[in-house]
Amino acid sequence: MAKDVWVIADHAGGSPRRITLELLGKGRELADGRGGRLAAVALGHPLDGLPRALGEYGADMVLCVEHPHLSSYSTEAYTAVLSELVQQRAPWLVMVPSTAWGRDCAPRLAARVGAGVVTDVEALWVQDGRLWARRPMYTRKVMGTVEYVGDGPHLAVVLPKVFAPAERREGRSADVEAVAVQVPEPRARLAETRSLQRERVSLTEAEVVVSGGRGLRGPENFALLDALAAELGAAVGSSRPPVDSGWVPHDYEIGQTGKTVSPTVYIAVGISGAPQHLAGMSGSKYIVAINKDPNAPIFQVASLGVVGDLFQIVPKLTEEVRRLKAQG
Amino acid sequence: MDVVVCVKQVPDTEQPIRVRPDGSGIEEQGLNWILNYYDEHAVEEALRVREKHGGTVTVVCVGPARATEALRTALAMGADEAVHVQDPALEGADHLAVARVLAETIRQLRCDLVLCGRLATDDNASVVGPALAEYLSLPQATAISKLDISDGVATVEREVEGGVEVLQVPLPAVFTVERTINEPRYPTLPGIMKAKRKEIRTLTLQDLGLEPGKVGAQAARVRYSRFDPPPRREAGRVVTPDSPEEGARLIAQFLQETAKVL
Ligand SMILES: Cc1cc2nc3c(=O)[nH]c(=O)nc-3n(C[C@H](O)[C@H](O)[C@H](O)COP(=O)(O)OP(=O)(O)OC[C@H]3O[C@@H](n4cnc5c(N)ncnc54)[C@H](O)[C@@H]3O)c2cc1C
Ligand SMILES: Nc1ncnc2c1ncn2[C@@H]1O[C@H](COP(=O)(O)O)[C@@H](O)[C@H]1O
Repeated sequence: MAKDVWVIADHAGGSPRRITLELLGKGRELADGRGGRLAAVALGHPLDGLPRALGEYGADMVLCVEHPHLSSYSTEAYTAVLSELVQQRAPWLVMVPSTAWGRDCAPRLAARVGAGVVTDVEALWVQDGRLWARRPMYTRKVMGTVEYVGDGPHLAVVLPKVFAPAERREGRSADVEAVAVQVPEPRARLAETRSLQRERVSLTEAEVVVSGGRGLRGPENFALLDALAAELGAAVGSSRPPVDSGWVPHDYEIGQTGKTVSPTVYIAVGISGAPQHLAGMSGSKYIVAINKDPNAPIFQVASLGVVGDLFQIVPKLTEEVRRLKAQG
Repeated sequence: MDVVVCVKQVPDTEQPIRVRPDGSGIEEQGLNWILNYYDEHAVEEALRVREKHGGTVTVVCVGPARATEALRTALAMGADEAVHVQDPALEGADHLAVARVLAETIRQLRCDLVLCGRLATDDNASVVGPALAEYLSLPQATAISKLDISDGVATVEREVEGGVEVLQVPLPAVFTVERTINEPRYPTLPGIMKAKRKEIRTLTLQDLGLEPGKVGAQAARVRYSRFDPPPRREAGRVVTPDSPEEGARLIAQFLQETAKVL
């Protein structure tokens, strides 16, 4: 019976990203329940301190593949390496982060190894000896429960911010194994990566998201949100109209045709709360809304709704947050 | 350049979706079915490729009888041909199986490029495109926001966390498109009239040489067992403060005491 749980690491600069820690946290629980080992899989070039860090966050075993063709993500190289590892070692469950590369790779990997794959996973559990997943569907108007058929390998593409991150224990270490795998030269060639200047925290990983809608009236007013976000250590997002009007890049968009976020607090500013917007944020733990229209639908999902003019409230809120922080 | 576009028919996202009382699925009665939003962008991009490089645009759909309407919409936008794979044995098929059926269908067509949507707005899977690329053994790029073709090589851009990747991909290839790639055209009245008269080719699994046991419910590796409405959010508090300062204070207090993020 396949027992092991694998986490495919998302990493940068030799450190695991937050979502990797979240998968290790959940993976630990599932592996213990099944009596299997928790393995982290690290692909890259160079990997530097990554294997060691993955051990500190609870992996029993780290499978490392270091190769120049893996220095940045490539569908073909990743799929080739991961499918070979999966076929050789037959894990029970492979957890993949729902990032741009995770969503690109996982379905192809599933097709190659003949594994069932579930994307946008928000819950994973074992019942009657089988693995189950829950995921939002129909723009989050429905939650679907999916059962994995057979003994595995099963693939789960897991959304950020749904599982608690594993805790780091200094000194804890994993068995690190460098695996020699053939890495093909990808046909699709990465010509360039252009980075977008954003706050330190990414939208999908942020604890707090401050999001602006059409109520902001113009690109210059996003500075109000930037100032509030800076005080809160938050990331800034938007509804769709600011993107369509060219005030902010598409990278900001939250909703059906944008990103899915589930921060601890989502602050909706000048956003009416259309179903397509709710699709991307109604999984947030708390929703705070500022809107001048007392009948705005956003108030139906808000934990705290404040009726008023955003141009007056937001600057005062930034000041108030600064004041509270100064008090410590 | 012969382009194949995979299109799906989905419920309009403007409408409420109700779950059947026994949780076995959604209430389909009264739903308005439309061409998947991202697939409109895929069709548009295919038409632009044809306008620039010549060739044909063929739209392919796997789905029940009603899905013909989605193909008609694509034809009305300007696609040349449509293929509809319809088979009762596909009830309960998983996404990998749908991709397999699409792959067999596309193998029978002339094709230099396959376009799909980034995701279907019913099940939000984002699985079919990359799985299809695998079954066709073609290179892929997902969620592309720009496509340029010259000398048999596509230069595409895709949004990734914190930036944009530019990839050079030899054709044939499979791409899934992001909405920012273009602004889809509306079907014109003559286009709609012409689409009504066009013949839509219908295929079954047998026509494709696929055994029902290999792609139907028995072959599915994941099974949807239950559908529920989303958890109800706890009723919140809506206040109309006396002053902006009061509103700001209430929010800050909430952030500190309830949400504990300060
Ligand atoms: C297929 C499809 C996909 C879509 N996908 C998305 C998506 O992914 N994400 C998304 O967001 N939308 C999406 N939409 C669009 C969606 O339907 C709504 O049109 C959109 O969410 C509205 O954005 P908004 O709330 O910013 O603007 P509006 O609905 O115009 O709301 C603006 C709000 O600001 C308030 N306001 C104005 N001035 C002030 C002020 N001074 N102070 C306080 N409040 C003020 C108003 O009362 C109003 O409630 C999609 C639509 C379709 C058809
Ligand atoms: N039944 C289908 N028939 C044709 N194309 C499909 C079908 N299902 C999905 N697709 C294509 O795959 C894309 C992604 O769908 P999904 O993987 O279901 O989210 C869609 O935008 C379509 O281009």
